[in-house]
Amino acid sequence: MILGIDVGGTHTDAVLIDHGGIKRKAKVSTDAENLVHSLLNVTGVLLGDENPEKLERVVLSTTISTNAIVQRKTDRVGMVLASGPGVHPSQLTLEKDVHFISGYVNHRGMEVSKVDEAEVMQIKKYFKADGIENVGIVGKFSTRNPRQELKIMDFLKDDLTQMSLGHRMSGHLNFPRRIATTYLNAAVSKLYGRFVQEVLTFVRHQGISVPIYILKADGGTFDITQSLEFPVQTILSGPAASIMGILAMSRCREDAIALDIGGTTTDIAIFADGVPLLEAFGVRIDEHKTLIRGLRTKSIGLGGDSCVRFDNEKLTIGPDREGPAAAFGGQCPTPTDAMIVLGLTRIGDREKAVAAIMQIAEKMHSPIEETAKRIFDQACQTIVSQIKRVIEEINNQPVYTIHEMLDGKKLNPKTLHVVGGPAEPMAPYLGQLLDCPVFIPEHAEVANAIGAALARTTAELTILADTEQKMLTIAEDGYQTAIPSHFGREDAIRIGREKLREKAIKMGAAEEDIEMEVIENQEFNMIKQFYTTGKNIRVKLQVKPGLISGFKAGAFR
Amino acid sequence: MTKKQKKTGLVFFPAFDWAISPTHPEREERLLYTQDQVIEEGLLDADNIVEFKPGLATTEDINRIHICVPDAMHVVTESHLISAGGAITAADKVLKREVDNAFALVRPPGHHAMRVVHGARGFCNVNIEAIMIEYIRKVYGPKRVAVVDTDCHHGDGTQDIYWHDPNTLFISIHQDGRTLYPGSGFHDEFGGPNALGMTVNIPLPPQTSDRGFLYVLDQVILPILDEFKPDLIINSAGQDNHYTDPITNMRFSAQGYATLNDRLSPDIAVLEGGYSIEKALPYVNVGIILAMAGMDYSHVKEPDYDPLSLRESDEILRKIERDAAEIFRMWKKRDTLKAKLVGDAQYIRRRKSIFYDTDGISEQQEETVRVCEDCGGLVTIDSMADTGVRIFAVIVPGQSCPACRQAGEDVFEKTGKGKYHQVFFQDRDRDIFITK
Repeated sequence: MILGIDVGGTHTDAVLIDHGGIKRKAKVSTDAENLVHSLLNVTGVLLGDENPEKLERVVLSTTISTNAIVQRKTDRVGMVLASGPGVHPSQLTLEKDVHFISGYVNHRGMEVSKVDEAEVMQIKKYFKADGIENVGIVGKFSTRNPRQELKIMDFLKDDLTQMSLGHRMSGHLNFPRRIATTYLNAAVSKLYGRFVQEVLTFVRHQGISVPIYILKADGGTFDITQSLEFPVQTILSGPAASIMGILAMSRCREDAIALDIGGTTTDIAIFADGVPLLEAFGVRIDEHKTLIRGLRTKSIGLGGDSCVRFDNEKLTIGPDREGPAAAFGGQCPTPTDAMIVLGLTRIGDREKAVAAIMQIAEKMHSPIEETAKRIFDQACQTIVSQIKRVIEEINNQPVYTIHEMLDGKKLNPKTLHVVGGPAEPMAPYLGQLLDCPVFIPEHAEVANAIGAALARTTAELTILADTEQKMLTIAEDGYQTAIPSHFGREDAIRIGREKLREKAIKMGAAEEDIEMEVIENQEFNMIKQFYTTGKNIRVKLQVKPGLISGFKAGAFR
Repeated sequence: MTKKQKKTGLVFFPAFDWAISPTHPEREERLLYTQDQVIEEGLLDADNIVEFKPGLATTEDINRIHICVPDAMHVVTESHLISAGGAITAADKVLKREVDNAFALVRPPGHHAMRVVHGARGFCNVNIEAIMIEYIRKVYGPKRVAVVDTDCHHGDGTQDIYWHDPNTLFISIHQDGRTLYPGSGFHDEFGGPNALGMTVNIPLPPQTSDRGFLYVLDQVILPILDEFKPDLIINSAGQDNHYTDPITNMRFSAQGYATLNDRLSPDIAVLEGGYSIEKALPYVNVGIILAMAGMDYSHVKEPDYDPLSLRESDEILRKIERDAAEIFRMWKKRDTLKAKLVGDAQYIRRRKSIFYDTDGISEQQEETVRVCEDCGGLVTIDSMADTGVRIFAVIVPGQSCPACRQAGEDVFEKTGKGKYHQVFFQDRDRDIFITK
């Protein structure tokens, strides 16, 4: 039996799933001031008289880090940056408490200029004097060689200070994003640590002794104790939970579109051969562009409760929401009201909906039916045009080899999967516009909890092998080892598989769910004056987002 | 530094799976470290820098400017279609005003490819800038275009193609041809009779540094551009003037390249050569991109950059100053020179020996141009390669006058295949390309 819980901004959803399918589901309001309280509440409702010993795993998706960042309730962080030459530091988007130091590693991971101990010790003094207890350390190209960051950490280390290191966050290049990611990780670290403590106390109290997992932005899970070092990976797990929920319920294996139509926004995600697509570099939260692996979603400011207006001869929908739809006592006419008028759905107070749409009809000088139809049509058309844009963007992503340029896969979605309040009334027309069959999964109202419950552990690993320097580096794991000069790409992949398996298991993966794939595999000859001096091998492997084996979420209607 | 930021398009195509041969400088990882540096610096996240996927150039695009023997598809591979296509994509984005300027970081390069193509020379098969320029003229109408070639090697291919074109100014700065491939590009190569002064060569002595380069930029190139008033400035952005380049002898730096691009302010830059792939290209390319985007490039420095030790001697600088003055004087006198050179001739003929070093082919060429006051003049070419192939080409220039077009049609009509393997007719205005 699995317990899946998604603590969202408004609601907390939970499901209890066993090998036969969904056993129970529950939805309660989220207590924003006390997330653990919400957890306690929903678990109580759900478990009822079930024996907690029958649980095999508990998975949580939580907004705690996201909220702290968006509401700017994070801790103060001292940043130490070894930026070297390149883009002017003034172009970096930085918070306060930033210190630039000497030290530089180049693109091949070679140390070009050294870290100055005295300089770092001086910064340590500032931090102490200012009471800064969270520190982020980031070097340019530290993913190519983490030693300078580790050295800086050694200088700064003391019992009080919590440290986040750039190279641990991701194997990808991008110094500004590495800074942002490390900063955010440090900024939510203590808050998140307290949350984990409370959760652990609570579950032990409940007599639950199974592994507890946390959902990440990439739709994968990791063990709660492993999550302590990387709290920032838990941001934006809400949209990820929803996409994984759709995947769990649809079991789609083809190119597909997933839509979550909410009150305020609609989130668009894409599956390629049944695998949700990831953001190329990393997710963006607020103004921060990060290196956090995350599912690719596009959020548009149009939902069932978006405010409908007719000004200057122009009909607009959203992006704002002024409370619920008029049919539920709201102030504004909304697409939901239009759908009620059209008889597409039977929710709410029809009279209020008619009155609201009437205001628009009068301004437009058109009959109420026609007005409602126009609102509904425009809402659907807007969503469809955004979906098409997303697909076009994906198909126009730059590629860097002739092979990909000429034979690259083109995304061609075959099905549309819709969840969210207005799914039923909107889906058929959306499918018609996109010319593809539409599916509305069962239990869609708890899609997020289902997604969390059934998501497998994901992991990624980046190898750089340089046979000229005779060194193999897996920076994000702080791993470096000597290699012989005849080391090749196959050796790198073999080591990568071993290390990724170890990493996934440590993060909490079950052996049968470790489905590895090589996502980057390049080997270049390094040549000096027409002689080959070595090879530069770059290999990236992942356990891609997917579902754990042995469970299912129920069938389609 | 407070400067106006510009929106810059980037067409990046490193062709990680293509090389001329395994140890050839023009090989897979040439742009690998550049890509690393560009990504690590976060340039693709800047709001004013947009990356575009290159398109593919077509046979028509190539036939608009080249005479390929036996045909375009025999002399190019997919990689050339992508690199020329990348340049075209960059141009489209600029001409459609989606961006203020654009940089096509593509390979393989093209500036040694001449009008007639029997094979590859100087790592180049087709001239990607020329293909781009004629595409621009075809799609967006006639344009006055200036090409400033800052590759260390003389851009002899581009020079050959635009030798007779009064609407294309070609300026090349390069290491003195007596000391480097292809051994051409001297002051007296100054354009054909109908376009005298539209080819300007500025050879520089070995060891010229930032100071010398920027001197000729300020004293010769920018004043000439001011007078020519181009609609578009193209930078053939070779990066082998760098002090670490393995096959040249200059001392230019990333700061120098960035400053040059800042002052030149090209609408489109197209990568040419540059083979110091680890020590130069990552920094030079970041510098150029920042300069084009109007961002602060003052921190872009090679880790071992030491401007004082790189600086050329004052003696070398004096020589550069003297040469620059001489070149500028010639440019100013171009109209008088023309009268003297042409006299009352109706046709002017030149003979060329062309060696395709990459493919080991020798070509003998006789090119005849009709002296014309109204257009670039009808050109005919009789070309024989030591592969045994002999061809004849009739080329009606862009914006041609009726007389030159009529003359061209007549010549093509009456030239039988006879001793030639092929006879070509190229008419740029009407976008016609016929072979018999």
